[in-house]
Amino acid sequence: MSTDYHKESFFTKYIWSTDHKIIGLQYGITALLWLLFGFILMMIMRYQLAYPESPIPIVGALLGDGGLLPPEMYNSLGAMHGTIMIFLGVVPLAFGAFGNYFLPLQIGAIDMAFPKLNATSYWMYFVGSVVMVTGFFVPGGAANSGWTSYPPLSNIATTGQTVWLCGMVFLITSSLLGSINILATVIQLRTEGMNWMRLPIFVWVQFITAFLLLLAFPPLEAASVLQLMDRLAGTSFFMPSGLVVSGVALSNAGGGSPLLWQHLFWFLAHPEVYVLILPAFGIVVEVIANNTRKPIWGYKSIVYAVVFLGFMSFIVWAHHMFITGMGTSMSSFFQTTTMIISIPSVVILTALFMSLWGASIRYNTPMLFALGFLPMFGIGGLTGLPLGLAAADIYLHDTYYVIGHFHYVVAPGTIFALFAGIYYWFPKMTGKRMNETLGKLHFFFSLIFMNGVFLPMMAQGLAGVSRRLWDGGEMYAHAAGVLYLNEVMSISAWLLGMTQIFFIVNMIISLMSKKTGESNPWGATTLDWSATTSPPLGHGNFEVVPTVYRGPYEYSVPGADKDFTPQNEKV
Amino acid sequence: MDIPFTVKERPDTGLYNGKLGIWLFLASEVMLFGGLFSAYVFLRTGAESWPVGSDILNVPMATLNTMFLITSSVTMVMSWASLKLNDFGKFKMYLGFTILLAFGFLVVKYFEYTAKFEHHLYPSTNNFLGIYFTMTGLHVLHVVGGIIVIFYFLVPGNKMWQSDPDRFVNRIEIVGLYWHFVDLVWIFLFPVFYLL
Repeated sequence: MSTDYHKESFFTKYIWSTDHKIIGLQYGITALLWLLFGFILMMIMRYQLAYPESPIPIVGALLGDGGLLPPEMYNSLGAMHGTIMIFLGVVPLAFGAFGNYFLPLQIGAIDMAFPKLNATSYWMYFVGSVVMVTGFFVPGGAANSGWTSYPPLSNIATTGQTVWLCGMVFLITSSLLGSINILATVIQLRTEGMNWMRLPIFVWVQFITAFLLLLAFPPLEAASVLQLMDRLAGTSFFMPSGLVVSGVALSNAGGGSPLLWQHLFWFLAHPEVYVLILPAFGIVVEVIANNTRKPIWGYKSIVYAVVFLGFMSFIVWAHHMFITGMGTSMSSFFQTTTMIISIPSVVILTALFMSLWGASIRYNTPMLFALGFLPMFGIGGLTGLPLGLAAADIYLHDTYYVIGHFHYVVAPGTIFALFAGIYYWFPKMTGKRMNETLGKLHFFFSLIFMNGVFLPMMAQGLAGVSRRLWDGGEMYAHAAGVLYLNEVMSISAWLLGMTQIFFIVNMIISLMSKKTGESNPWGATTLDWSATTSPPLGHGNFEVVPTVYRGPYEYSVPGADKDFTPQNEKV
Repeated sequence: MDIPFTVKERPDTGLYNGKLGIWLFLASEVMLFGGLFSAYVFLRTGAESWPVGSDILNVPMATLNTMFLITSSVTMVMSWASLKLNDFGKFKMYLGFTILLAFGFLVVKYFEYTAKFEHHLYPSTNNFLGIYFTMTGLHVLHVVGGIIVIFYFLVPGNKMWQSDPDRFVNRIEIVGLYWHFVDLVWIFLFPVFYLL
């Protein structure tokens, strides 16, 4: 039972690799590049919003038209920013990269259950992501009906929408293969002694996330197929009768319903919200348990909360549709379930705050990001409550308030957690440490500028500024009082972009530094740290496959010789 | 180093990896077709008028197709059972029947589709035909996928019977589960479109 060092060609080692760690890195690198790309799209949009109708610097030359950003292009950028950040950036990084790399290590598995499917999953994602952005090069530009692709607008939109749908089919296939793999790995490949209540929270959240992806994505695939039929075969699934576009009556049969798309779409996209946030919870729990040096408060509560959250996320989707006229009884049902689903999130957050109580906290970079996550996610969650109540949502729907709300959840929420994960596990992946000073600069400036971007959105939204305005609200009298905030947000966004240079530089110099030779620098208890070397061995992961004797967070056990007791240490 | 439980069952779950994998895959497929059936219900309840399926579609042909698929499910099980009984010849025979029946299904479907097109009934004609073509078309793709996989195990993939018989039997069981699912989808499609 040791490693097998059979010779591998460059192709099988780095391109078509079936090693979960290489695939995790492939996912991670690709997803980080897409995150950067999606962020750049947003920075272009922010210039237009801050200084409407003045030429865009630097990238303006690419746009033609004297460097101006035409409204259609603005819509494309908006739709693609959303799509890229969610489907090509955050989910592949949180689930594909972290899940692939660390989940097998944490449960003591030598690889994923289906290594070839795993590689296929990555390449499906890669192809899907490339297809997605080829939309920019077709006539009429990329998809421009928002990331939600609401028909009938999306049905009559330019070719970019068809490309978007095709890309989506690839991404759905990729996530299907990935989620089957994670589920089978957790169920089948837990090492001896690793029973369900000894799983690290990170494994639990990935497990539930995989269920959400497995069961929520197919309805979007169904919806994508139906929309492709509408666009290519002339069916009318989402087209009501008697639609007139630009003064011309459409010739299609009609009789369909745009609401059908919204139901199918949100049936995916609400669980998708939890796909975005659950892995973040998992990373934050790992980092906080490690840096408070005491057991996580309420392990079982967190597990049950996560399971409950996963279940509930399937029956809240129509809270995105309160103003579609679906009826008050539907609204009452979905606002009730929405209020219920906030409870498990609060349980998890409370457990994390309680974990901090009385701890001697180590303020290293991963911990700062994890601590930053707590209040930022808190703001994101609490600002969601008014949106979950039908009465308040009628006013706030489709305003910048919504944008502010979900960006607080995803940007300083999930992305902070992902940064925490990168800083935390970097020594595992490379055997090297990241620079603490640069890391702290990265954290503090990111925290300031993230709030600089998203807090003013709340003010604009409360004033009633709509989320999809090309001129940032300039033409509306009700926006006049909050218009100056556009410049504040844009400058914050660009500075936030500059702040990421700390991260990139840190990454480069850390990769070039010497290996430290320590395989458990944080003194962690989970198997990924205590049973493997840094970086982990190739195929096989472990010198000796570990046996588990205890729970995942046994820090500062009274009477122990050190302040952490690894899971594989005999009782 | 080999991944555990690829062939033998894990004692506490009673499953080998592939079997769990295919069940999870089928769960996702249930959601895919479930989404489409929900779309059907949504469109039909919201429609001003909805045609009676048997007026437009050919019920006898679909009944024949139902027989084809149910029989092919039976032959699929027989081929797996023959393999369990170490009878490789019978295994090949039954798997061959399965493929033949699947082709029979496709041929009937081809005549059904062309008959519709000859009468100028297209997906764009109305939403009944639209959802009919979309869902049966997707089902046909599943049948084609099944044929490809079954053919692989019948001819090029059957060498594993010599090298790793236990694993080969597992594979036949897995493709069988998939094939039964394809059959099951049709058993829902048939009454929903042709009879209701």
